[in-house]
Amino acid sequence: MKLLTHNMLSSNIKGVTAGYPLLIEPQITTTTEVPINPNFLRHIFPKLDYSALVAAAKTLGFSDLPETAGVSDLEDEGFLKRFHHALLELKLEEGALVCPESGRRFMVSKGIPNMLLHEDEV
Amino acid sequence: MWYLCVFYHRLLDYRKPEVEALAELFGGGGSPSSHHRLRWKLPEHHHPDSPFHFVDLPSEHIARSIANRSILVKGIYEVWGEGSSYEELEEAISCYPEERKSPYLVACTTFKVNIDSFGKAVSSGVQQERIQRLTFIPFKGRVDLRNPQHKFWLMETDDYGSNNGLPPMVQKTIFFGREVGTADRKLLPTYQLKSRKYLGPTAMDAEMAFLMANQGLADPGKLVYDPFVGTGSILVAAAHFGAMTMGADIDIRVVRDGRGPDCNVWSNFKQYGLPEPISLIRADNNLPPWRAGLQEVFDAIICDPPYGVRAGGRKSGGRKLLKGAVEPYTVPDDKRAGHIPSTAPYSLVECVHDLLEVAAKMLVMGGRLVFFYPVLREDEVAETDYPEHPCFRLVASCEQILSFRYSRVLLTMVKIAPYTEAIAETARKMHLDFKENHLKWLEEGNLHSAVFTPIDLLSDSSGDSKLWKELKPKYRGKYV
Repeated sequence: MKLLTHNMLSSNIKGVTAGYPLLIEPQITTTTEVPINPNFLRHIFPKLDYSALVAAAKTLGFSDLPETAGVSDLEDEGFLKRFHHALLELKLEEGALVCPESGRRFMVSKGIPNMLLHEDEV
Repeated sequence: MWYLCVFYHRLLDYRKPEVEALAELFGGGGSPSSHHRLRWKLPEHHHPDSPFHFVDLPSEHIARSIANRSILVKGIYEVWGEGSSYEELEEAISCYPEERKSPYLVACTTFKVNIDSFGKAVSSGVQQERIQRLTFIPFKGRVDLRNPQHKFWLMETDDYGSNNGLPPMVQKTIFFGREVGTADRKLLPTYQLKSRKYLGPTAMDAEMAFLMANQGLADPGKLVYDPFVGTGSILVAAAHFGAMTMGADIDIRVVRDGRGPDCNVWSNFKQYGLPEPISLIRADNNLPPWRAGLQEVFDAIICDPPYGVRAGGRKSGGRKLLKGAVEPYTVPDDKRAGHIPSTAPYSLVECVHDLLEVAAKMLVMGGRLVFFYPVLREDEVAETDYPEHPCFRLVASCEQILSFRYSRVLLTMVKIAPYTEAIAETARKMHLDFKENHLKWLEEGNLHSAVFTPIDLLSDSSGDSKLWKELKPKYRGKYV
């Protein structure tokens, strides 16, 4: 699971109102090389919760992202590369995503997070 | 400019929509919010199912891009002449403007003339004889049969009678044209399911997956999502065209190792050297795990939802829903880690409702929703019977006959209006209604029994329904 997806996921358990962003408990993290597409990065940037991305990247061991960033930062090639790396090249293979409100853990196994809710969470 | 577009004679409903979608992708088709579509013309005396159609495209460059990316276009040609006899053809070619012909006839080029005959095989002797009839054309270049710069085609259709399953032709037509582009059908043996490492029972056939990816305008820089990803066969096609992909499924097959660590959904992409999906998620499209406020992230949603015929859909909820008044089941803490939540059957109606809702919210404006919808063939299905949503406009519906009794229709919808709070409110009410009246929704439109009930129980007393007449069709029509 890459951080672009983590940025979109939340704990939607019945009764939970603050289920985003999910905290990450990484066990195995990998890095893959992905060709960079600046157009895509510019298109997706406004849709993201940037601070959640920065925090998630830190948990996976990548602290090179600036704490805040705006659309104009995307013109800077250095920032673009680091943004791209955090968003699309870091991958969580094994671990858990934790609901910040209830503490409920969503397991990540073989790179796939299990977001299915149990019968009493629906 | 008008070009001759010759299709492979199969999946008839899919042919023109593919060209129209690719025209939009390459800039030739106008925007979906205007109702501008491509202009098409049938050659004189031809039946609409004929493989030969004239289409008006803005430039040769766009025509080539469309043809080369397509799956069903046998070729797009600039026609130098047509006629119902070789004398008429020669006359037409001679009258065709010199400035359009001469650049392709000059001495420093290589060329080849191909003969094609629709519906009838032609011996090489006859082919040679036909090529000889073209010597009046002043070819100055050199013939190269392997890799010519310019390819010319002499194509003939004839009246072969009405008992052979081909579209009825009224009279012979001969076309002579210069090839502008052709489909790359070699993709199909490369990606065929026969050699796919990891398959599921409903894996999408490679040809159809490419057609779906074309309807969805998959392209580099775009993000394509499949909420019923299964073994990833649709995303493989989108990834081939350079799109970034993401998939979700409620089924454990997405999570399991398949038949080993090198035989799972991820390896399906590795097999072809394609970038793997950004993520695969185990999730329920009925209760998606997206954060509140997330909107307009995907450029296309391309999928084959479960229609309950060969694979039944499931959604979260399980025993609680089925038994109604039974107390909700709470998983004991020590069992939570490995618990596989029980699921409830997911009716087609609710499944499609949820799909439209997720798509309306998560697609960018102008983004495409492409999905299969099943229909019983004995019902006369009009376009108005297909699912609708205020955010979408239907731009194509392509039927594929699956059996005597049912077909699936590939619907292509474009998002033309933003997702509003009012729409969200209506959706929430509908979601509750599905929950409260669970059994009623399951029974309505239950396809499984309609498709699999033995036939003598279905026929009405007169035995004269529309389908019986089609039992031995003379003209195969959409059965190709």
